[in-house]
Amino acid sequence: MDAHKPQTPVLDIQGLAISYETRRGDVPAVRDVSFQIKRGEAFSIVGESGCGKSTVAFGIVNFLGRNGRIVDGRILFQGQDLVGQSPEELRRIRGDRIAMVYQDPMAALNPSMRIGDQMAEVLIVHRHMKPREAEDACVEMLKRVHMPDPANVVRRYPHQLSGGQQQRVVIGMALLNDPALLIMDEPTTALDVTVEAAVLDLVRELQHEFQTAIMYISHNLGVVARVSHRVAVMYAGEIVERASVQDLFARPQHPYTQGLLRCVPRLGSDKRDSVLYPIRGRVPSPSALPPGCIFEPRCEYAREDCRLRKPELRQLYADHLARCHFAEEIRETVWQQPEDLLAHIAMPPDNTAEPILRVQNAKTYYQAPSRKLFSREKLLVKAVDDVSIEIKKGHTLGIVGESGCGKSTLVKTIVGMERPTGGEFEFMGVDISGPVSTRKLDTIREMQMVFQNPDSTLNPSFSVGYQIGRPLRRFKTVPANQVRDEVVRLLDMMKLGERYYDRYPRQLSGGEKQRVGIARAIAARPGLVLCDEPVSALDVSVQAAVLNLLLEIQKELGATLAFIAHDLSVVRFFCDRIAVMYLGKVVEIGPSEAIYGPPYHPYTEALLSAVPIPDPRAEQKHVRLLGAVPSALNPPSGCRFHTRCPRKVGDICEREEPPWLDNGNGHRIACHIPLEELRSMEAVITVPSASTRA
Amino acid sequence: MTASGKALEQASRNRPLARLRDTFSMIVSSRIATIGLLLVLFWIVVAILAPVIAPYSSSAQDGQAVNKAPSAAHLLGTDHLGRDILSRLIYGSRTILTLAPLSVLAAVILGTFLGLLGGYYGGLIDEVVMRILDAIMAFPTILLYLIIISAIGASAVNVVIAITFVGAPGIARLVRSLTLDIRVRDYIAAAQLRGENPLYVMFAEILPNARGPLIIDSMLRVGYAVFAIGTLGFLGLGLPPPTPDWGGMIANARKFIWVNPWGVLWPTLAIASLVVGLNLFADGLREESTRYQ
Repeated sequence: MDAHKPQTPVLDIQGLAISYETRRGDVPAVRDVSFQIKRGEAFSIVGESGCGKSTVAFGIVNFLGRNGRIVDGRILFQGQDLVGQSPEELRRIRGDRIAMVYQDPMAALNPSMRIGDQMAEVLIVHRHMKPREAEDACVEMLKRVHMPDPANVVRRYPHQLSGGQQQRVVIGMALLNDPALLIMDEPTTALDVTVEAAVLDLVRELQHEFQTAIMYISHNLGVVARVSHRVAVMYAGEIVERASVQDLFARPQHPYTQGLLRCVPRLGSDKRDSVLYPIRGRVPSPSALPPGCIFEPRCEYAREDCRLRKPELRQLYADHLARCHFAEEIRETVWQQPEDLLAHIAMPPDNTAEPILRVQNAKTYYQAPSRKLFSREKLLVKAVDDVSIEIKKGHTLGIVGESGCGKSTLVKTIVGMERPTGGEFEFMGVDISGPVSTRKLDTIREMQMVFQNPDSTLNPSFSVGYQIGRPLRRFKTVPANQVRDEVVRLLDMMKLGERYYDRYPRQLSGGEKQRVGIARAIAARPGLVLCDEPVSALDVSVQAAVLNLLLEIQKELGATLAFIAHDLSVVRFFCDRIAVMYLGKVVEIGPSEAIYGPPYHPYTEALLSAVPIPDPRAEQKHVRLLGAVPSALNPPSGCRFHTRCPRKVGDICEREEPPWLDNGNGHRIACHIPLEELRSMEAVITVPSASTRA
Repeated sequence: MTASGKALEQASRNRPLARLRDTFSMIVSSRIATIGLLLVLFWIVVAILAPVIAPYSSSAQDGQAVNKAPSAAHLLGTDHLGRDILSRLIYGSRTILTLAPLSVLAAVILGTFLGLLGGYYGGLIDEVVMRILDAIMAFPTILLYLIIISAIGASAVNVVIAITFVGAPGIARLVRSLTLDIRVRDYIAAAQLRGENPLYVMFAEILPNARGPLIIDSMLRVGYAVFAIGTLGFLGLGLPPPTPDWGGMIANARKFIWVNPWGVLWPTLAIASLVVGLNLFADGLREESTRYQ
């Protein structure tokens, strides 16, 4: 099929540079990027937000917008240069041979067309197929991307499919034309872990089956480790390191790559035996790059030479390149843990402490509008259904689960922003089942919250100083004339400093906004801080700094934390106890080390098997869940997990609610499978012990 | 970003001044906004300097020159009572530039309050407030003006009341929709979790973030108010004579349009230029402010 010689790479990018014109002049977003992708190969570009990885992809498909343009380099696609061609020429060369899959499947699908029609359109337009033939081909393709019930799916509209199914449709559509190059830009970022794992399986499988060259863009090192053959790490518009996936993770040579790997918690490590090492400083803006090495201002190994001389991307040994003057030396140096960070290692929590929060049989139902006109029937969404948790003073409770499991609703009910339908809520000996407006000011002060979205956590109309000072004034934590000093003290504690006092939220980066949000939450010295995914919107290097900050605060103030997250490595690292939620219910609860080893609840097992681990040598047992999370409007009877459970015992799972099995030490599992059988499960994740890297 | 970061840092140091300068440079960078601003400024200057620049008093009658075309003595001609049209226009700008912004201000205060209330609380309060406002909006505007003015009588204060009453529902709807969007932001939840008073949340946390669209909408509404005052004057429901009133001038001159068309032309041009100026200014400002976000 391929006319060109087999050794010609499908994509060969040489010295690519892309600039955006702005009012302040040209911004060089991408500089000196070179790589090749061969047939059947998966090449990943990994980097933090703003590093230019998507710009490279847009450059290849000539989708740079009005103000972007390629200023230098060549993009050879199957041997032909795409740079400088007219749009018509480009269309002719490229034809239907390059396909792209984006992050948001809903944006790629036409919401008013049936799945079958929009897929068939591709074949009718490009391949001149007859509608009948095209539809059969589409059903066939949906089968190949493992879409359940494909004959039925083609008649549905996009909104009737789940996120994972939509992404399968988009991938299927991209493959319909049998493209030579498939570009995937963060295709699983918007999906839940279990769904992400299944989509990644699909990507790997299709790679073998279709022999397509894949360019995979992601910010997640774990995802990259799972799907790619070769990896390029991008930083501030340049490739800083390029190697095979095994080599990159086993022997990272560039200080930035090393830093990235050190600042994510390794699954299994926790705050009592290890520390996260954030990368200091922040990514330079492409319009104000340092004159020498672009990473020099943040590099721990930086020397005079790095400031003056710009390093080239040079070959260290076969197929391992790094943009660093001292890569060989750095490889030899044993990395020293910075002394000041070692102080972060947390003490084991005091197990004799009194519970500060006790929630018994909490229920939060929403009334959904009836689907039938004039019907009196009341539909209830059981967002939280019969959940009991408690948090001891000074402890951290993690709540994990996929979207829609009710973890956010539970927290909102506790803080009093949702009205509980039933259950007992006791906080520091006070009943808190009423909404926040009915609570005493003192109770309100003791419970504060840190929010997920850095862009919406701060009021854009007020200065940082005012926003942190407001709770101090409101709760009279300090006398009015000392508010400013206290705010400055808090800013110092957040490692921001007094110069941030008069700044406005729009002048802050995401991580800085999140720190101000934390300062505002702890300003009045609350007894309990509820954190709703406080780091999930942040880049990994910033994430580590924010997590360390939270640990430090907890140590200093003795605060109790509830920590919602979907990232299982972060929760494992950060929390003393963990509750796993599924569809409004807690299915497993216990000390964090107990949750991550057998016995598991079958759902926990599936979750752990899905976590992307930034180590290609890690072995995970292959447990995949079928179908989508059922609707909370009409949850399954008996055990709510029975519709997707790979270990379903039989009818009993459908009929009866599972009993709580007590594994000792406060570790409890809600399952019909006998505890002995659960205990005999094997560990889901095995990481080779020789991986003592850094 | 570092360059802009530095600029912002400086901006935060001397904030009010810098903001004024930013706003000004934004206006100047749009040609439409600049033209609009110049037209509006022209009338504001005229209104302020009225006693200095008007050649005659607004009510001085010249029995010898009735319904005259422009001449050296009367640059824009005279009306049916022999009053100098130029002077009446100049003094008329004072009336309209006082009443129009005043009535819009009143409408904004009332509409903002109702919109915040409905948007923030939702539920029954929202239903009641919005349905009442819908009922008001269901009436044709002119009819509503006629009903209100004939019920409470024609006077400057009543004109303001009528325009407030007619304009508030539209503003309330705008503020409500902005509130619905802002209400779900995390910083509102943070305020609620501090146990803040609902009035504080509405006016201190929500309102400042709705100000952009509100200011631009108000600017457009001043234009509509100028129109409304003109219309009321034309229908004889505006200010009682002999107050110089552009709408009233048109109504009176209309009877003599075959004798002296100038009497209709000048006040018409005055109203048009002020309304067009306000609209251009508001449109230009909106375009500029949304362009670089």
